[in-house]
Amino acid sequence: MEVIKIKGTDDTPTIILDKNNGIFEISGRSLPEDVSTFYEPILNWLDDYQEEANDKTAFAFKLVYFNTASSKLILDILMKLEEMHESGKEVLIKWFYPEDDEDMEEAGEEYADIVDIPFEQISYTL
Amino acid sequence: MDKSNVKGFLEFVYDFYRSMKAHEITLVYEGEITHQITKAFTSLTESNMAKESEANSVQKKVFHVMVECLQNISKHADSFGSDDFLFAGRGIFMVSKGKNDYHVTTGNVIENDKIEELTKMLNQINTLDKEGLKQLYKSQMKEGRLSEKGGAGLGFIDIARKTGNKLEFYFLPIDEGSSFFLLTSSISRNA
Repeated sequence: MEVIKIKGTDDTPTIILDKNNGIFEISGRSLPEDVSTFYEPILNWLDDYQEEANDKTAFAFKLVYFNTASSKLILDILMKLEEMHESGKEVLIKWFYPEDDEDMEEAGEEYADIVDIPFEQISYTL
Repeated sequence: MDKSNVKGFLEFVYDFYRSMKAHEITLVYEGEITHQITKAFTSLTESNMAKESEANSVQKKVFHVMVECLQNISKHADSFGSDDFLFAGRGIFMVSKGKNDYHVTTGNVIENDKIEELTKMLNQINTLDKEGLKQLYKSQMKEGRLSEKGGAGLGFIDIARKTGNKLEFYFLPIDEGSSFFLLTSSISRNA
């Protein structure tokens, strides 16, 4: 499968989707000018990946900021992972948040409530 | 401008400067809100706050509120008057900094037939407590489809959650078809 590697900017996140090396990661800041266009290739990639998913997928979110428009797209990504989990694959969400960032921690808890996937909250020091 | 007009104009500029100071306005803009403008304003305000050693959590809140307010204008402001000089996606944007709070204020034209729905939405948000806002945000995110313009109806809820304050808003009539919609949010500096 094709590897997606997008280098982050001050308004778009860094994204790595690499099936062979088992790296699935979104990090940085997300407030793209057009959220739907920005995340479309990611959602398409996940659709393809679902067809031939690894036995285990650990998907890491390490965002420091996202706007409300991005929050909806993050949920779309999580829902695709939920489908994968429902179809019998092992999926783990790793939600990283800066240790002093209660909002980001709470955002993770909220997503964990909405989607039914194993969810791990991990704090880190910036 | 002849000489006396120039003087009058420059006096106006000074008055304008003094009112800005009196209202502790640190940023004011009128015009089209583009993504570039959003980026420029947020990074300017971020670096000012960092210079003034504002608490991290306050900086984050101001950033959040600014982004959502700017995006509201760029996605939802209606056009007014002749398309030659006023367009949709324009408005006034202001940041002011008082001793205890930051205020982020927006003003833009909206069509009168949207006032009822908008008022209902804002009033509903203002009746909710922290937990209620959280539940509303979650259900909107789950059920709300992204509109054509990319708005998810989440911006106002997010502002209320991040600030912990009520959304103050006001409509001023322009003509029979449109009004000026003003919204101000305050962010406490005492994190």
